[in-house]
Amino acid sequence: MSRHAILADGLVKRFGDTLAVDHVDLAVPSGTVLGVLGPNGAGKTTTVRMLTTLLQPDAGRATVAGYDIRTQAHQVRQLIGLTGQYASVDEKLTGRENLLLIGRLLGLTRRQARQRAAELLGRFQLDEAAHKAAKAYSGGMRRRLDLAASLVGQPRILFLDEPTTGLDPRARLDLWQLIQELVREGTTVLLTTQYLEEADRLADNIVVMDRGRVIASGPPEQLKARVGARMLAITARTEADLPAIRDILSRMVHDRVEIEGLTIAVPADTPDVLPTVVRQLDAAGVAPGELMLRSPSLDEVFLSLTGHAAPEDSGESTGGGNP
Amino acid sequence: MTGSHHETPAIRVSLLAGLQQTFTLAWRTLLQIRHNPWELGDFSIQPVLFLLLFLFVFGGAIAGSTSDYLQFMLPGIIVMNMMFVTVYVGHGLNTDLTKGVFDRLRALPIARWAPLAGRILADLVKQAWSILLLLAVGFLLGFRLETWLGAVLLMGLLVLTMALAVSWIMVLVGVVARDPEHVQLFGFTALFPITFVSNVFVPLESLPGWLQPVVALNPVSTLTEASRGLLLGGPVLEPALWSMAWAALIAAVFAPVSLWALNRRLARSG
Ligand SMILES: Nc1ncnc2c1ncn2[C@@H]1O[C@H](COP(=O)(O)OP(=O)(O)OP(=O)(O)O)[C@@H](O)[C@H]1O
Ligand SMILES: [Mg+2]
Repeated sequence: MSRHAILADGLVKRFGDTLAVDHVDLAVPSGTVLGVLGPNGAGKTTTVRMLTTLLQPDAGRATVAGYDIRTQAHQVRQLIGLTGQYASVDEKLTGRENLLLIGRLLGLTRRQARQRAAELLGRFQLDEAAHKAAKAYSGGMRRRLDLAASLVGQPRILFLDEPTTGLDPRARLDLWQLIQELVREGTTVLLTTQYLEEADRLADNIVVMDRGRVIASGPPEQLKARVGARMLAITARTEADLPAIRDILSRMVHDRVEIEGLTIAVPADTPDVLPTVVRQLDAAGVAPGELMLRSPSLDEVFLSLTGHAAPEDSGESTGGGNP
Repeated sequence: MTGSHHETPAIRVSLLAGLQQTFTLAWRTLLQIRHNPWELGDFSIQPVLFLLLFLFVFGGAIAGSTSDYLQFMLPGIIVMNMMFVTVYVGHGLNTDLTKGVFDRLRALPIARWAPLAGRILADLVKQAWSILLLLAVGFLLGFRLETWLGAVLLMGLLVLTMALAVSWIMVLVGVVARDPEHVQLFGFTALFPITFVSNVFVPLESLPGWLQPVVALNPVSTLTEASRGLLLGGPVLEPALWSMAWAALIAAVFAPVSLWALNRRLARSG
């Protein structure tokens, strides 16, 4: 395989008046993980659908595993696995039958397909539900089955479109672990997400998309250095305490101070921020209601990269972004 | 074998592999029934219920006796039921499109035509089952074949050919409709007048004169007439030719239009 598992050059996709993907370039070295980070409507799904041959780009070109997505789509399909944004299992079949179906379609013999299904069901902890119709599965189980289905053909390159959106924290951790295992086995992964923490945790490189364009890219450390690796969030007990807290923070970090309700958040890049803030709060006689360090949310990433907040409806989906 | 086992991936799917994939996908559609037995009702219980209802409610009034009416009506019920069962092609296709299963299949290295072909093939199996079931129940109720056994087979083939053609209309409905419920709504709404304004339940001659030419031309009528001819004796060739002409026309119009609409929908799905 070529050095790059995925190479995209100026991909463009339009839907009517919407420029869904606007000259996107990507380069994913074999065996690495690319995290595509972006709010709702950024163009993540459209990009994935073009790379997985489901959608024809209007302009630009791309190769996956060295094969052209336009002219060699059939070859591309033999080497990739796709788990779409919305689980795409046949709800009327059992988990096992879903995997058998894919196996048979990929040309496995009956016995091979059975064996592969059993393997995957075990690995994804679906043995117990193997004989239940998929419509009875929980969201997490459905996601796992969906992922299992995209692994039947042992793809070299795996596309995961928001694999953990809508999962509870426990299911999300499980899925992260599964993805990490696959990567250790040598699979190249392109995953989209709305959670910086997820990209940070899984990806070797991150691409940030907004309104169809790539607005930043690089390894997570580099990106976090631009954004602020951690945020210090202080929740005041009463509104009266807010001005004092804000003064202390803005003096310290010389940066934008974000206030939301009773909570004030600032980047906390250096290790001494927390103790200093605590000392100064104490000196000012202000006792905070809550004080915590957390990863920046997508909104905060956006604010520091673009200077504007993420498009409005992404707020709600990033709310649970820090499991 | 495909997947990572290939060092250099194949350039295209062979016809044989495509046919195997079609069979696998048809198998999948039939497998769905195992976990959703009520689906069986749509092409088993429903047609039998129709048969019994019309037989015992109208039989006496229309034909004077239920046994005469059974002779008259069974071929027509078979044709009518065939029309209704085609709706499930559209229903299933739409479900696959809206639930993302179609995309999952399209991302696999399989023949581009296999998903649709598999669906239509499965539908033909359901159709064949319905025809056999109606014949069996008909015989139990006292239906007498007045020709020869091979004619039953010919009738089956004729009906299945029309089913294949009408399936293309339902593919279009499946592509255009927003959700599976709308497929049923559109499908049945379109089919009711076509099937009832026919000679399925009453003889052509009993209809008002101005309606007769329309009813005579209706493919449901020509197919019913041919089926009657095959099972009971009577003219076969002319109505059979008319029916096949209809089937060819429907397929020639709707197959390309449906495929065009399907590709359009796929190119627009983001
Ligand atoms: N089929 C379509 N028809 C019209 N517009 C579309 C279509 N699909 C996507 N779009 C538009 O293209 C843009 C990019 O959509 P896309 O689904 O790729 O974003 P995304 O990053 O995956 O968002 P999300 O996080 O909500 O999944 C959006 O403005 C969307 O409204
Ligand atoms: Mg998306």
